[in-house]
Amino acid sequence: MKIMMASQTGLRAVAFAAGLVLPWAVTPAAAQTVKIGVILTYSGPSASLGDQIDKGLDLYVKEHQKNLPAGVKVELIKRDDTGPNPDVAKRLAQELITRDHVQFLAGVVWSPNAAAIAPLATEVKVPFVIMNAAGAGLTRASPYIVRVSFTLWQTSYPLGQWAARNGMKKIYTAVSDYAPGHDGEAAITKAFTDAGGQVVGAVRFPLKDQDFVPFLQRVKDAKPDALYVFVPSGKQAAAVMKAYADLGLKADGVKLLGPQDIVPDAELPGMGDEALGIISGGTYSAVSTRPQNQAYVAAWKREYGAQSIPDFMSVGGWDGMAAIFSVIKASNGQPDPDKAMALLRGWANPDSPRGPILIDANTRDIVENVYIRRVEKVGEGLGNVEFDTIAQVKDPWKEFNPAK
Amino acid sequence: MMARNHSRSLISVADGLRELFSLAATAGSGGGAARRTPSQMPNAVDVLRRSHRLRPLETLPWLVAAAAFFLLPDYLALGAQILLAVLFALSLDLILGYAGIVSLGHAAFFGVGAYAAGLLAVHGWGEPLSGLVVAGIAAGLIGMLSGAVILRTRGLTLLMLTLMIAAMLQEAANKAGAITGGTDGLQGMQVSPVFGLFRFDVFGHTAYVYCLTVLFLGWLAARRIVHSPFGRGLIGIRESEERMRAIGSPVFRRRLVIYAISAALAGIAGGLMAQTTQFVALDALGFERSGTVLIMLILGGVGRLYGAFIGAPLYMILQDRFAQQDPVYWYFWIGLLLVLVVVFARGGVLGIGERLVRRRSRRS
Repeated sequence: MKIMMASQTGLRAVAFAAGLVLPWAVTPAAAQTVKIGVILTYSGPSASLGDQIDKGLDLYVKEHQKNLPAGVKVELIKRDDTGPNPDVAKRLAQELITRDHVQFLAGVVWSPNAAAIAPLATEVKVPFVIMNAAGAGLTRASPYIVRVSFTLWQTSYPLGQWAARNGMKKIYTAVSDYAPGHDGEAAITKAFTDAGGQVVGAVRFPLKDQDFVPFLQRVKDAKPDALYVFVPSGKQAAAVMKAYADLGLKADGVKLLGPQDIVPDAELPGMGDEALGIISGGTYSAVSTRPQNQAYVAAWKREYGAQSIPDFMSVGGWDGMAAIFSVIKASNGQPDPDKAMALLRGWANPDSPRGPILIDANTRDIVENVYIRRVEKVGEGLGNVEFDTIAQVKDPWKEFNPAK
Repeated sequence: MMARNHSRSLISVADGLRELFSLAATAGSGGGAARRTPSQMPNAVDVLRRSHRLRPLETLPWLVAAAAFFLLPDYLALGAQILLAVLFALSLDLILGYAGIVSLGHAAFFGVGAYAAGLLAVHGWGEPLSGLVVAGIAAGLIGMLSGAVILRTRGLTLLMLTLMIAAMLQEAANKAGAITGGTDGLQGMQVSPVFGLFRFDVFGHTAYVYCLTVLFLGWLAARRIVHSPFGRGLIGIRESEERMRAIGSPVFRRRLVIYAISAALAGIAGGLMAQTTQFVALDALGFERSGTVLIMLILGGVGRLYGAFIGAPLYMILQDRFAQQDPVYWYFWIGLLLVLVVVFARGGVLGIGERLVRRRSRRS
């Protein structure tokens, strides 16, 4: 009896081990393949961010693979950095380079993760296409970095100028108390005060706080023309809007401003009518009527279902892959790192879903249109309707903080 | 009242330091304490001596680690991170497994060590070994100071307080953006080559050997501690605090000392992480890290000294494999495994091993 039991446990152990080993025992054969290592957050509470970028880049590959030179293929090797964990991200990049021999690194949601990877890109000369991480100084961390997303300075600074131009005299800023929040606060404050406006108050929310009423009560007492808000997620943004409406700020005519991060297109349906009227500075809106965008959204819905909505994170994936594809095409499938960087500096795409974009040859950061949008009813849902354009904005932070 | 509590805490810190020095002294004299014990208690001495002897099986982790260096050259970056996770889990085992202190905030000390080593390297002190020493001392001090306050509580209260200490440190690091870089992380670390000879390379050769050596030293220290009379005393406290108090054992002081030692070891693990990654961010202090190390230890087996050596590699290798196959849903498989271990294999992998050995010996 005992012997039988023991052998049963043994069998089970063998079966379990086999189950673990077999799925990855099969490796695909490589023809002439360009390998691209993609590091994104695929699991955990922020998985939705990685998901948008992932869908964007997959869609680009699917739609454009046929345009590659004959015999050239791309292989995406995807890794999950599990969130803002720079040690994990760096190790994954290390493995993608030493074990998988990738020719490009791409992706990265979080600035600290990108900063940890940057020295590796320099050391082994791998072009590193940042598809989201928005820390303003990041592109200086390595000469092999190219960024196709945006910085908070890039979206909030023009928004501040626009607010001052459009009759607002006094604003109040309210941001989450961490680096991107500080960036947004600094950007809007500089733009608005330089244009003659006045910042009548500033408050910083604890990062994970969900109760904004006590903070916004102070805003009500200060009676500003507008309130600038930055919080990291749509869920928190919805809570801010609720507090803003409950306290009667909306009824008092205080306008709510913010960067596109507080009104991601994909999360608007969950926010409800409280989001109506929010004015944001952003680089991409799913309801934009540019033909390139309409084609993009149509392709997206074909691939991921009519309910799925692309947002500004997704075009980072799309455009990043467009940049990499242009290098692969130009080098006929055999990209050399330094030549690739030469191509990427100054790379332009007039047909991006977000309008014309360009990589600045000096800073390797993106130059793009910033749109002033208002949340309105579009069809049956909500959308960020673009009503003003500030053309071809460079990252203002770099202009004010020139490289030494 | 406040002032009195304050001075009590200070006294207990002083007490703790004294205990620490006497422990170091016995360690230095090579089991002298055992020899001095009166001969009418040969049993206890024998037990201590026997447990102290190195069993052949205890060399196994080191043989495996050395073999991995030569056989799996592509996996050294992962290997280095596993080794430092083992050290971190080992430090948690000292308090959880031996003193019965449950902590959900052990990353506090990991993070303090990481930031200490990181800040040194940012400000021009890139020598790694001294950086590790400073990391250990800084974390040990924080452990002793916080322990002097929170170790007065028990059970759920203590659990919440450990969580809170880590959360407070993380928020402090976030607020002190000018020093720590806040959410952007600490940038610009310049770590010098080890002994001025071995540069931290992209393949992870140096990082692996460096972490392995430090882990070996940490293991020697931990092994020495748990097999000493002090370590036995800790087990007594874990099993029955009242009885230990009744026989005159300084319960609070012993708990405090092991807490500080554990914190220092965790700090050294954090320092290793900072130096091998050359980057530190807020996640070093995060709850996720505290939770993960607890899971690793439970997987391997708590209170057996080698649970860390099994749990950390098991967790990290499985995570690596699962996540490569399925970057989106790998957490599900880890969760399933954990449920299975908790339901069917109390005591973790080592618990299963022990039961198998016992069954075999009963049969023969």
